[in-house]
Amino acid sequence: MSKILEVKNLVTKFYTLDGVVNAVNGVSFDLEEGETLAIVGESGSGKSVTMMSLLGLIPMPPGKIESGEVIFYGHQDLLQLTPAELRDVRGGQIGFVFQDPISTLNPILTIGEQISETLTRHKGMSKEQAREHTLKLLAQVGIPDPELRYKAYPFQFSGGMRQRVVIAIAIACNPQIIIADEPTTALDVTVQAQIVELFKQLRETLDVSVIWITHDLGVVAGIADRALVMYGGRPAEIAPVDDLYERPQHPYTLGLLGALPRLDDKEAKRLVSIKGTPPDLLIPLQHCPFAWRCEYAYDRCWQEIPPLITVGEAHQVSCFYDLKQGGPRDV
Amino acid sequence: MQRYFLSKIGQSLLLIFGVLLLVFVMVRVTGDPAALMMPRESTAEEIEAFRERMGFNDPVTVQFLRFISGAVVGDFGNSLHFKTPAMPLVLQRLPATVQLATVGLLMAVIVGIPIGLIGGFNPGRIADSLGRLLALLGQSVPNFWLGLMMIIYLGVKLRWFPTFGRDEWKSVIMPAFVLGLPVMGQLVRLTRSAVLEIRGEDYIRTAHSKGLELRTIYYKHVLRNIAIPLVSVIGVQFGYMLGGSIYIEAIFAWPGMGGLLEQSIGWRDFPLVQAIAVFTSIVVVTLNLLTDITYAIIDPRIRYAR
Amino acid sequence: MPVENATVTADSLLDVERTWKDRLAYLWRFLWRDRGGLVGLIVFMIVVLAAIFAPAISTQDPFEQNLRASKLPPAWDEGGSWEYPFGTDSLGKDIFSRVIYGTRVSLMVGLFGVLIASILGLIVGAIAGYVGGRLDETIMGMVNLILSLPYLLFVVFIAAVLGRSLLNVILIFGITDAPIFARVTRGEVLRIRQSGYVESAISAGARWPRIIFDHILPNLIGPLITLATFEMSRMIFYEAGLGFLGLSVPPHEYPTWGNMLAAGRKYLTSYPWMATFPGLAIMFTSLGMNLLGDWLRDVLDPRLRRSRK
Repeated sequence: MSKILEVKNLVTKFYTLDGVVNAVNGVSFDLEEGETLAIVGESGSGKSVTMMSLLGLIPMPPGKIESGEVIFYGHQDLLQLTPAELRDVRGGQIGFVFQDPISTLNPILTIGEQISETLTRHKGMSKEQAREHTLKLLAQVGIPDPELRYKAYPFQFSGGMRQRVVIAIAIACNPQIIIADEPTTALDVTVQAQIVELFKQLRETLDVSVIWITHDLGVVAGIADRALVMYGGRPAEIAPVDDLYERPQHPYTLGLLGALPRLDDKEAKRLVSIKGTPPDLLIPLQHCPFAWRCEYAYDRCWQEIPPLITVGEAHQVSCFYDLKQGGPRDV
Repeated sequence: MQRYFLSKIGQSLLLIFGVLLLVFVMVRVTGDPAALMMPRESTAEEIEAFRERMGFNDPVTVQFLRFISGAVVGDFGNSLHFKTPAMPLVLQRLPATVQLATVGLLMAVIVGIPIGLIGGFNPGRIADSLGRLLALLGQSVPNFWLGLMMIIYLGVKLRWFPTFGRDEWKSVIMPAFVLGLPVMGQLVRLTRSAVLEIRGEDYIRTAHSKGLELRTIYYKHVLRNIAIPLVSVIGVQFGYMLGGSIYIEAIFAWPGMGGLLEQSIGWRDFPLVQAIAVFTSIVVVTLNLLTDITYAIIDPRIRYAR
Repeated sequence: MPVENATVTADSLLDVERTWKDRLAYLWRFLWRDRGGLVGLIVFMIVVLAAIFAPAISTQDPFEQNLRASKLPPAWDEGGSWEYPFGTDSLGKDIFSRVIYGTRVSLMVGLFGVLIASILGLIVGAIAGYVGGRLDETIMGMVNLILSLPYLLFVVFIAAVLGRSLLNVILIFGITDAPIFARVTRGEVLRIRQSGYVESAISAGARWPRIIFDHILPNLIGPLITLATFEMSRMIFYEAGLGFLGLSVPPHEYPTWGNMLAAGRKYLTSYPWMATFPGLAIMFTSLGMNLLGDWLRDVLDPRLRRSRK
C-alpha cells in the first residue's frame, strides 16, 4: 500500500481584528491509498481548517498558510502549486463533501447543472455527455427519478437527498481522494446512517481514499480504518481505529472515549466529561495545548510542545506522559 | 406562483386606494380646503362661492364618493390655474419625466454597477476605496444644489450644456446626471456589499472546491445571485426617480411632472397637485409591482414555491 | 489555569458586563482603524459646536440687513471683506453667520424629527413584531404602503397644505419617517423572538421588565442608532429641499440652509456664492453623518464585522 497524501508540519494562521488565531499548529499525517482516515476533534481543534488548507480553500485574507508541505501522489507539493494548477486538482482529483447541504448548493441553479459543470470542466465533456453521466451519478447515489430531478432546485429536496447530490458532485470526476467535512452532522440520525452506508458502498465501487472529519466517535468506529485525534491545532494521537479505542495513549482521547456511552458497558457508569474549556487560539502555542485540562500534566508539559512519538504499530501520540507506565515518558 | 401574483396585484390596488384616501384627507385636513386654494386676499363671499362650486359644503362621504368615482375614470376636476381638466395636463408632461428618469437610470446603472463589482471583487484596494468615496459623495451631495452648481459652471461658464429646457438632445444630460447620482451611489454600495456577501457564502466555497474556472465562478455563481436583489432595487429606484424629480425639473426648467408640481404648489392649484400626486403614485406602484413580478420570475425559489 | 480572554469584541460591546473603560478602548481602536468614522465624528462635532456657539462664532447678526453691504462677494474675492467672510445676500445679511445659525435649525429638525420617528416607529414595530399574526400583517402592510410611495412627493404635498413652520417640518418628518423605524424594529424583535432566548428567559422565570431591558433593548440599540444617524442626515437634506421650494421655515423667522438656497437661486449666475455656501454646508453635514452612520453600523453589528490583516 502506498501513500497517496503526506502532510508535513502544516501551519495555518488567521490575522483578525482581535489578533492572530493560531488555527493549525504543525499537523503531520499520511493517507494511504484506499483507506479511510477519520479526523476527530472538537470545535476549534483545527480539523476543518487543516483540510481546507490542503487545497487553499480558506479565505486568504485573513488566513495564511504559513508553512508546511502537502505531498500528493508522491510528487506534487500542493502548497506550491499555481492557482491554475490547484484548480485542476480541486474537484478533478480531490473531491469535497461539506457539512450543511442547504448552504453548500447554489440556490438558483438546478442540481443537475451543479453536477454537470464539474464534468465539463474537468473531463472536457460536452453538455450532452455531462448530462448523461450526471443521470448515472444521481442513480449511483440513490436519488430516484434522476431524469426528473436533474432539473430540480436544491430547495426542493430533503436534507438527506441534498447531501447525496453533494456526494454526487464530489465523486463525479472520479477523484483519488474525497475529503468529507462533517457530512452527516447536519442530518437526522436515521439519514446519517443512510449516508454512511452510501459512503461505504461508494468506497468499494470507486476505490477512493477518504478523509472523514467528525466529532462523533460513533461514526468513526463505523467507517474509518485509522483515526487522527486533533486538539488545539495539533495532532494528539494517530492510530488504527481498533487500537485507538482499546489502547488510547493520549489523555484527551481517553477523555473522549470516557465521555461516550457504550452499549457493552456492564453497569451504569457515570459519563466522564473533560474539565475545562478549549484553548484560546489567540495565544501562540508554546507548550502542550491540552495541559490545562490534563490531570496528568507535569512541568515538562508546560515547557515544550510534545512532538509525535511512535508508541506502537502505526500508532503515534504527542504526549509527554506515558499512560501505560503511569509516569513521564522518557524521550 | 399564481397566488403570489394575485396577492401582489391586490396589494397594489389597495395601495392606490390608500393614496386616494390620503390625498383626499390631506387637502381637507386644515378644515377649510377652500381657504387653502384661494388666494389670500379673497373676500369671504368669494371663498364661499368657491366652496359651493367645488362641492366642499357637501357631506364628506359624498365628496369622497365623488372623488373616487372621478378618479377611476381619470377625472380630477379642473386645474384652477389653467381652467382645463387636470389629468390631461399631467399626462402631457409624462414623456419628459420618463425620459429624464430613464436616462438618469441608465447613467446610474452603467457607471454604478461596474464600480460596485470592482469594489466587491477587490475589497480594500484603491479602486474600491475610490468607488466607495464616489458612492458616498453621490449620496451626500444635495442634488438640487449640485444642479445649481452645474448650471453655473458647466452651463454658463463653460457652455458645455444647455442650462434649461428640453430643446436639444444635450439638454437631458445634466439634469439626468444629477437625478441619477444618488442612485448611482446606492448601486455602487449595494452591488459591492452583495458581491462581498455572496462571495462569503458556502456555495461559493463549494464552487471553488470543484476547481471551476474563476470566470465560471464569477459569472455563473456570484453574478447571477446578485442579479436578483439588484433588479429589485433598480426597479424601485426608477420609481423614486419618476416620483422625485421635482427639484431637478424645477432647477433645469424641465417640462415634466415635477416641474408642474412645483408650479402648481406656487399657484395653490390643489386639484392639479392632487392629480399629479395620484398619477405619480400610480406610476410608482405599477413599477413596484412589475419589479416584484420580475423578481418572482428570476428567483426559482419563488417561482416553484408551493 | 485557563487564561482569561481580555480582548473586547463587538459582540460583547453591548454586553451588560463589560466595563466602560473596555468599551471606550475598543471604540477608540475601531475608530482609528476606520478613519472614515473618525472623520464623520469630527464633522458631527463641528456642526454641533457651531450650533451651540453660534453667537460667538458668527461675524454678524444673521437677521441684520445692511443694504449698503448687499451682494458682497466672499472675503477672498475683490470687493469682499472679512466682516462678511462668505459674502452677503441681496438684503445685506451675512451669509457666513446665516450658515452657522442654520446649523441650529438643521440639528433641531434632525434630532427632534428622528426622536419622534423613532419613538413612534419603535412602539409600532415592537408591537407588530411581538404580537405577530394578523396585527403584524396589517401594520406591516400599512408600513410598506407608506414606504413604497414617492416620499418627496408626499412630503412636499403635506408641507404645502400645512404651511410653513418649524414645528410642521419636524412633525412631517417625524411621522413620515416612523415607518422605517417601525420596519427595522419589527425585524429585530421578530428575530429575537424567534431565536428562542426570550422563551428561555421566560422559562427561567424572568419577568417582563427584565426581558425587555436585558434581552430586547440591547439588541435594538445598535440598529436603531445606526438608522437614526442615517435618517438624521436625510432629514437635514429634505429640510433643505423643502426650504428650497419655499415650504420650510419662513426666512424671516430663522435662517435655514434650504431657504438660503432658494434665495440664492434667483441670483445664481450673477452672485453664485449665495447658493454655494449653504449647499456646501448641507453636503458637509450629510457626508459626515453618513460616514458616522457607516462606522456605527460596523461597530454595533457583530455579524458584519470584517477581519483584516
